[in-house]
Amino acid sequence: MNAPETTRRDMLCTLAGCAAAALAGGCSDFTHTEFFRGHFKELSEDELTAIREKIEAECKTKYDKDVTVSNTPAREGVQFAYALDISRCVGCRRCVYACVAENNQSRDPVVQWIRVLEMDKEKGIDFEHANPYYDAETVPRPGHFYLPVACQHCADPACVKSCPVGATWKEPDGIVVIDYDWCIGCRCCMSACPYGARRFNWKEPSLPADQVNANMHILGNRPRPKGVVEKCTWCVQRVRDGRYPACVEVCPVGARKFGNLLDPSSEIRYVLDKKRVFVLKNELATHPRFYYFYGL
Amino acid sequence: MNLPAQFLRFVTGSVRIVLRGNALYWTWIAALLVTIAGGVFAYVHQMQTGLISTSMRDQVSWAFYIGNFTFLVGVAAAAVLLVIPAYVYNWKPIKEVVILGELLAIAAITMCALFVLVDVGHPDRLQHLMPGIGKLNLPSSLLAWDVVVLNGYLLLNFTIVTYLLFMLVRGKHPNYAIFTPLVLLSIPWAIGIHTVTAFLYNGLAARPFWNSAILAPRFIASALCSGPAVLLVLMQLLRRFTRFEIQDAAIWKIAELMAYAMAVNLFLLGAEVFKEFYSGTEHVIHMQYMFTGVNGHNAIVPFMWIAVACSIIAFLLFLVPKTRKNPITLNTGCLLIYSGVYIEKGMGLVIPGMTPDTLGEIYEYQPSSTELMVAAGVFAVGFLLFTLMVKVATPIMLGEFRVVDEEPGRAKPAAA
Repeated sequence: MNAPETTRRDMLCTLAGCAAAALAGGCSDFTHTEFFRGHFKELSEDELTAIREKIEAECKTKYDKDVTVSNTPAREGVQFAYALDISRCVGCRRCVYACVAENNQSRDPVVQWIRVLEMDKEKGIDFEHANPYYDAETVPRPGHFYLPVACQHCADPACVKSCPVGATWKEPDGIVVIDYDWCIGCRCCMSACPYGARRFNWKEPSLPADQVNANMHILGNRPRPKGVVEKCTWCVQRVRDGRYPACVEVCPVGARKFGNLLDPSSEIRYVLDKKRVFVLKNELATHPRFYYFYGL
Repeated sequence: MNLPAQFLRFVTGSVRIVLRGNALYWTWIAALLVTIAGGVFAYVHQMQTGLISTSMRDQVSWAFYIGNFTFLVGVAAAAVLLVIPAYVYNWKPIKEVVILGELLAIAAITMCALFVLVDVGHPDRLQHLMPGIGKLNLPSSLLAWDVVVLNGYLLLNFTIVTYLLFMLVRGKHPNYAIFTPLVLLSIPWAIGIHTVTAFLYNGLAARPFWNSAILAPRFIASALCSGPAVLLVLMQLLRRFTRFEIQDAAIWKIAELMAYAMAVNLFLLGAEVFKEFYSGTEHVIHMQYMFTGVNGHNAIVPFMWIAVACSIIAFLLFLVPKTRKNPITLNTGCLLIYSGVYIEKGMGLVIPGMTPDTLGEIYEYQPSSTELMVAAGVFAVGFLLFTLMVKVATPIMLGEFRVVDEEPGRAKPAAA
């Protein structure tokens, strides 16, 4: 794809590969293993295709399912943003479950990218007294309101800054992504994230074969190995094809809005123009692209 | 005899020294090897099942391993900083103090590297940190900086100590034009490794408990207590069991300096406690979790009070001239300081910083048996390395091991 990478790979071939070539009888076999794979942004089209096909083949073996792993890039002129109407959210957690199903999250151990916090109306937004484990017959419970939190896709993400190997970055359309094949699992990003948005695979994720979502993106909902970090990608596999994230689609009260900030007719633009919005932990200046508002 | 041949003799002679020892020595080595085996066993289990075999979870995603790493960076830094008083007070065994300090630094940095290794989810991808093959995220990632400065420090100390010992073993004086600048460079570098490690926490605005400007100074102050504590005990042991000479005055002076360092450490801790509790913002909750517990979650509270008590008692023992000159109270003080700083910089730094988590949830962390066994194994590797290095370095420093005149353990001079 770009020249420096080719040069670097050639150099590795010369340096390391040919030493092994004498032994193994082939240069490319050795230097094109995962060990010598370059950073995602430096991969050529061929290398990317090879990686995507490898994941597809692995899914076929593991789940006996034909999946498509896409690499749809960010589109020009698109800056995604999200808005959530706190006064509409009833805390039903349908977004949480839709997200798990869409994004192939581990069922055991349970990995959920969205955490819905139950808060006291009298205390306002107060994390210290928030309850993420509320278990109610019916929601909303009297005296409470609900605040769903996931990755805020900050304009100045603290997680990206902290990663020692550049395994997580902000895409041109504003989505913060992780390369699961590059992450070393040091969890600096989890310490750095002010929103508790990142999840670590403490053991091998388990995903029932009949529940696999076959529409995958290489930086999104493809199956993850153990020992790496994952998080919300605003359903990169959907939104780059012009669809809504799963949580937006499923929300029964229409509390979730998503769209392109640069499109004057988008819902997100409407919310920013007509409503008064705020962001979580504004004082940390991470500048979330995830806005909250009181629509009613 | 040419240089490579001499170096070969230096290496083979070292191996021979290491393989020779009394029952106490072999018991110690055996105990360390057993502990290492336990650590390897536990680590293999952790690799197979994943980090779920630790007690870490998303809420507390750094814990015991990283706490130990942080503490040991302090030990590594302080060991070398002892060079400063050695020069200032012109102690007789300056070279020896330098050598022992740097050997301790090498052992401590090795343990640091191992603690990072056992903490990461994909140790098989650590080549991503290597320039050329990987992508070291400089200048923005503090962990990337830490990798650079810690490896540089290891290389620097390894070079100095190997050079110095290899000169001594040939009965030569080191070339001070090379040696002195390297030692002088190692001093600011020692400050650097602990500062960068402090910044690794300090820079995270998401964690108010760490996001305090006096974190790096606190790290340095506490390290200046724990590092010398190890060396003080070691110097007394060497003095007792070998012909190693070290003046009482030097030992007492180190103890006195440690008292001042502990005074600064306690003062800085007090400043943090005041700021948090008096202003009483929502950030005070981490300090409350540490010292009083929050809503019945108080697993680490007793440890923190023990740490404070250890530090205060040790401070008093080292402040009063009579008690720092008495070998019993002196060594008690060393033990107390070591324990106090170990708890404070290990568990006491990492766990309250992560509890409650950024969304207010309290997950009460206590290390799992896997974590304890792996950590014990890492410490055993460090102790083993340090023991072997000191075993070789001591006869060289005492002039008992020379490759030019005669080989150790042989009466007949070897052909030169």
